[in-house]
Amino acid sequence: MKYSTQKLAYPYFIAALALFAVQVLAGVLAGTAYTLPNLMAESLPFHIIRMIHTNALLVWLLLGYFGAAYFLIPEESERDIHSPKIAWLQLFIFVFAALAAVVSYLMGIHEGREFLEQPLWVKVLLVVAFLLFLYNVSMTVLKGRKTVVSTVLLLGMWGAALLFLFAFYNPDNLALDKMYWWYVVHLWVEGIWELIMASMLAFLLIKMTGVDREVIEKWLYVIVGLALFSGLLGTGHHYYWIGTPGYWQWIGSLFSILEVLPFFAMVLWCFHMVYRSGRNHPNKAAMLWSLGCPVMAFFGAGVWGLMHSFSFINFYSHGTQITAAHGHMAFYGAYVMLNLAFFTYALPQLRNVQPYNQILNMWSFWVMTASMAFMTFTLTFAGVLQTHLQRVMGLGFMEIQQQLDLFYWMRLLSGIVFVIGVILYIYAALGPVKNQVSPSLNLRAANK
Amino acid sequence: MSERLTKSAARNIFYGGTAFFLLLFIALSIHTHLYIVNSSTDQATLTPSVAQGKRVWEHNACINCHSLLGEGAYFAPELGNVWVRYGGREHPEGARMGLKAWMRAQPTGVPGRRQMPQFNLSEQELDDLIDFLEWVSRIDTQGWPPNTAG
Ligand code: HEM
Ligand code: HEM
Ligand SMILES: [Fe+2]
Repeated sequence: MKYSTQKLAYPYFIAALALFAVQVLAGVLAGTAYTLPNLMAESLPFHIIRMIHTNALLVWLLLGYFGAAYFLIPEESERDIHSPKIAWLQLFIFVFAALAAVVSYLMGIHEGREFLEQPLWVKVLLVVAFLLFLYNVSMTVLKGRKTVVSTVLLLGMWGAALLFLFAFYNPDNLALDKMYWWYVVHLWVEGIWELIMASMLAFLLIKMTGVDREVIEKWLYVIVGLALFSGLLGTGHHYYWIGTPGYWQWIGSLFSILEVLPFFAMVLWCFHMVYRSGRNHPNKAAMLWSLGCPVMAFFGAGVWGLMHSFSFINFYSHGTQITAAHGHMAFYGAYVMLNLAFFTYALPQLRNVQPYNQILNMWSFWVMTASMAFMTFTLTFAGVLQTHLQRVMGLGFMEIQQQLDLFYWMRLLSGIVFVIGVILYIYAALGPVKNQVSPSLNLRAANK
Repeated sequence: MSERLTKSAARNIFYGGTAFFLLLFIALSIHTHLYIVNSSTDQATLTPSVAQGKRVWEHNACINCHSLLGEGAYFAPELGNVWVRYGGREHPEGARMGLKAWMRAQPTGVPGRRQMPQFNLSEQELDDLIDFLEWVSRIDTQGWPPNTAG
């Protein structure tokens, strides 16, 4: 670590991991509501659990990006963060807003659009925190060295904030409401967040492989280009059945095929750079996450996404457990693993030690990844059955759900294993430092 | 290919291409917006009561158990066509009474069955909500869902 303000990332990562724990615990509760429906029906109904689950996810991913930005911007810009005070204020506001949202959900106070349930004043606080962040990092970047990595990251962050403004527009016409709702939801995860993802991966590649920055940055442009060229019109795959014109069936199907490309390109990019460097970075765990991330994103977002994106398939699969299967693996592969990769890379430096607890960390990688894959398969089977029985045969929803019970039990089981993986990770990352890599080995390899 | 493409060429393609696709997306969005307002939804019958019904729908976060036009949660049935499923097209009064009775009867407490909470909606709120669901059922969804099971 070369700049003292990089340390600002540390509290962000701790807050992110705490909310990650909240997210998956809520996930297990939601899975329990599926299998033992009477248990908490009165005390903690499903809809409340679900909004905590999804909102905690989005908030901790954002905290991870903020922290990552505070860590990488000083190194890219070759100067300290403009104002550490603003960074702390931002963290305070953001975490306060997140906790306030959770508490208000538990009290039954919320708005009513999926993922955007935050009460209005919480949304406003989130925007305020976002603006503080944008001011702080933009000032740093403007005054310092400008690199492609920091430019793309900034574009991603500015774009994410701008798109979130559509969360404040809620017309009475439901079809219009839905159309603009996807501006936040789809254009985040399949557009602007891919810029954040690619730039964070680029930074990790530059640091860990030592391959020439020029080469990595050239491909960074190619990847984010593919992401936006495909992702903007790819919004069409949500505009099939909500009152939008028929031409979206063509556009959505076609551009969904293209949406696979940026994820595939990221796989090639990461593996090729690591292969080309021929260097063994001592932080093997960070390397594992950085390679696992694009691979799982390719399957979860690319393969599972494309599978139900063709309008003639989506006609039957729309809004079934297939959607849930895809949502889980895509979010996990692309954005959860991205953050966990970055934390694993940065934490040894933030804690002033050599890479540590690597075996445990890598165990958590396999436990989480395997259980998420299992959960995705289970939900996919459940979804295919549901689609056939409900959409083709025309049986009633509730009738069918009883036949899917076995799959929901297996989902709950994989969820519990996933939580074990999360605990392992948090212990490996934030717990006592053991089994450090010998410093000489680290110095030799990481001198870049 | 990797040798021929320079970094500045890659940058220009990125910015130029993004601008192009963004403009295209905005143009199609404008058209889609107008199509929704003028063709696929019935603006004329979007009464204050329908709008109020949407607020009731949101206030109780129905979307976090149910799906509406296929979006939302997958814990409980699709409601975009619930009006049709309850026979509202043929017997609007019967469907209205049926839906009210359903919401008042929750939770059923049947063991092993998913429970819907009791939201204690007033007569007015119930009527608004049902007006909203009736309005939604008339959105032109290109024939979705495939059948009344939703
Ligand atoms: C990392 C990137 C991605 C993430 C995090 C993600 C996440 C999600 C989530 C959470 C939903 C459900 C939204 C809802 O609640 O209604 C969804 C729906 C969908 N996604 Fe993705 N997705 C990603 C990439 C993709 C890609 C690349 C494709 C296409 C190739 C795709 C195609 C779809 C489609 C068609 C739906 C609608 C499913 C339905 O009709 O029910 N997604 N996605
Ligand atoms: C502990 C393991 C987990 C369990 C048991 C679990 C369970 C669930 C359940 C039951 C739902 C509600 C589905 C419905 O609406 O009927 C859900 C939704 C969701 N979960 Fe999880 N989850 C877990 C972990 C995760 C993780 C790690 C992520 C992120 C990678 C995630 C992302 C989501 C998303 C995006 C949705 C909304 C899906 C959609 O609308 O399509 N979950 N989860
Ligand atoms: Fe999408």
